[in-house]
Amino acid sequence: MSEQSPALELRRINKSFGPVHANKDISLSVDRGTIHGIVGENGAGKSTLMSIVYGFYQADSGDILVNGKTCRIENPQSSIEAGIGMVHQHFMLVDTFTVLENIILGIEGGYRLKEGLSAARKELVRLEKEYALEVDVDAIVGDLPVGLRQRVEILKALYRGAEILILDEPTGVLTPQEADHLFRILDTLREQGKTVILITHKLREIMAITDNVSVMRRGEMVAHVRTGDTSQAALAELMVGRSVLLHVEKETAAPKETLLAIRNLNYVDIDSVPRLKNINLDLRAGEILGIAGVSGNGQSELLEVLGGMLAPTSGSIKFKGQELVGNKTFTARNLRKIGLGHVPEDRHRSGLVLPFSANECSILGYHDKPEYNRGLQLDRNSMVETCNTYIEKYDVRPPDPYLKASGFSGGNQQKLVLAREMEQNPDVLLVGQPTRGVDIGAIEFIHKQLIKMRDAGKAILVVSVEIEEVMSLADRIAVMFDGGIVGELPAAEATETQLGLMMTGVREPKSDAKATI
Amino acid sequence: METFQIIILLLDATFRIATPLILAALAGMFSERAGVVDIGLEGKMLGAAFAAAAVAAVSGSAWVGLGAGILTSIALSMLHAYACVTHKGNQVVSGMAINIVVAGLSPTLAYAWFSMGGQTPPLGGDARFKSIVLPYAETARDVPVIGYIYAELISNHNIIVYMAIAAVPICAWILYKTRFGLRVRAVGENPHAVDTAGISVDWLRYKALIMTGFLCGISGSYLSTAHGAGFIRDMTAGKGYLALAALIFGKWRPVPTLFACLLFAFTDAVQARLQGVELPIVGVIPVQFIQALPYILTVLLLAGFVGKAQPPKSIGEPYIKER
Repeated sequence: MSEQSPALELRRINKSFGPVHANKDISLSVDRGTIHGIVGENGAGKSTLMSIVYGFYQADSGDILVNGKTCRIENPQSSIEAGIGMVHQHFMLVDTFTVLENIILGIEGGYRLKEGLSAARKELVRLEKEYALEVDVDAIVGDLPVGLRQRVEILKALYRGAEILILDEPTGVLTPQEADHLFRILDTLREQGKTVILITHKLREIMAITDNVSVMRRGEMVAHVRTGDTSQAALAELMVGRSVLLHVEKETAAPKETLLAIRNLNYVDIDSVPRLKNINLDLRAGEILGIAGVSGNGQSELLEVLGGMLAPTSGSIKFKGQELVGNKTFTARNLRKIGLGHVPEDRHRSGLVLPFSANECSILGYHDKPEYNRGLQLDRNSMVETCNTYIEKYDVRPPDPYLKASGFSGGNQQKLVLAREMEQNPDVLLVGQPTRGVDIGAIEFIHKQLIKMRDAGKAILVVSVEIEEVMSLADRIAVMFDGGIVGELPAAEATETQLGLMMTGVREPKSDAKATI
Repeated sequence: METFQIIILLLDATFRIATPLILAALAGMFSERAGVVDIGLEGKMLGAAFAAAAVAAVSGSAWVGLGAGILTSIALSMLHAYACVTHKGNQVVSGMAINIVVAGLSPTLAYAWFSMGGQTPPLGGDARFKSIVLPYAETARDVPVIGYIYAELISNHNIIVYMAIAAVPICAWILYKTRFGLRVRAVGENPHAVDTAGISVDWLRYKALIMTGFLCGISGSYLSTAHGAGFIRDMTAGKGYLALAALIFGKWRPVPTLFACLLFAFTDAVQARLQGVELPIVGVIPVQFIQALPYILTVLLLAGFVGKAQPPKSIGEPYIKER
């Protein structure tokens, strides 16, 4: 192996799934000891490409070269042997196992576990020191925070002797501080001569850490550039194929009367775990209130309580001055009728019925309206008509009202749900994760729609784990941690560092008066 | 008879009744910990019981019969694997199908081969596993308490009863201390993790199901060549389901599962003893009611007293690589 040959080289890789050509003639060259970014929208084929490198799928044609030598990668086993390790977007860990058990899984070294475990323990002490990757090897993985689980995944790959480490959307689940820590780890890896491939759609990360970047669009590799020679805007344009606004342009908000007043709201779940602790929030007409926080800190429960899906344990929710808690009409169905729309954060679980067609999905929750009914039957024509207007107005692609919801991409599914809820013209709209798994073009569109609605005097509550999204969209930001509101501040004054700290529970001194933990 | 002796005899019966349950429950443990629901324990036991009795009757050797029982059960287990692992079929449907097929096929074959009304010829001599008298059992009998327990409770069982008791620590060791066990536990929790670690999910599940077939085969053979003396139709009488219940009650762990089996067996031993006995106040309880007790207990235990049973996370789901 010569020093000049790249650590990993792909030559004309092709892969189709049925009629979908996921990778078209992809060529890529990754230099040893560098961090190489691969960016692209959702569905651009990044993950497919890396799954081929990791042996999950076989390419239909093309060659993979590791250190200049052609490598037949038929399964993860052969990829591991070639020195490739992968940290998947959804961690490939067994939650009930200890860190140590997870790390040795697959390379136990003998039919009895004992020797393998003690050998691994020694080796891990060395690896942890070398790469500053501290983690308690006897902890149960399911009890660890995500940041640490990711470290376990990295250790797993290093323990297998990986020289090339692929990370698929590694920061999606991390706080900004955790992400920074990850980048420091990646830096150390690079210093030690490892090669890192970073797949992401967050351009900020690409600019911050990578040496080179490759851009994918619709299954094709459209550009290879040195990170130093490009900019976020240029990369975004390459990804989408046209120029996009990275920041939502909007006027200053002119908030009017309070539409939704939440006082001392508590929710204790079925296992007696308090999920919401004394929440106090006001939502006014003509403003967007953003809720930031690492996922799992009560945001989902807050949305479900406000949406009428969970009954709060105590507290008060007033909608236009009318008390909802304890009222028989506090149901998801009735809330929609009185003008409180809800775009659930998990469109697959609560927003859509995936095997239903687009026209059926576009009346879900409103199916008892007279215009969609004809006697005992649903009125298919009017449903299709409704769906067609949504498709046109929200630019849903493909424009087929008969296509199953599962056949649309994430962004288009989200547009369908948004269209359905926004077109009812509610006074208050709750939106959970408006752009999760949505590509850049659609994000821009969705953000514009939300701003337009705000300017029309509606009140919008946006819950998002994307800190940049909250910062650019909201007029006011409240940060949640461990079921409570850590603090609230105007979006104009918020900085990423400050929000990141608040997301870990550090109270922001200035807005102490409003904090209500 | 004094109370002490009654208790010892009840426990003695408990062991004999618990043996097939323990073996079948451990069999189910391998399958379910690997993520494959095994409602077909019943059918595999019945198939093994039939094969063991038929082969033992023809060959005259209980051991050859046991071998046939094990092979039959493994074959049925592989059928389950082929349907559920290779072809990603529904695991409950496949298991149920095996139960129904075996329930019909075994008496039919018995009728065709032995013409004895769907039974196999009664087994005797070497064609049946006989009780083993442990050394000094009879001499020790007269030693108070300990001697009696040794002679009555510990000695004087057939080899399979001892195998069942030994199977618990052995299976626990396999599951928790070996590479195979680690992988089985992993594949039941998160098959994707196993796949990315470079291990074949399908082959691993096949191996787990071979273990299931093996243990289930011993369990079924016990019924017809050790506990009973020949095959009668439907002789498992729900023991496979009971074993599955014990497995869930034991939260898929070997030792708690052992105790669940012993509890079910104990209620069965008690019901056998209570039949026709006049009790104070209530008088004679109808036999049918007493016989239903173990099953009522099962339902009650599973419904309320177990707490939330945490099954292996990916149980029942065929492994399909996501796109």
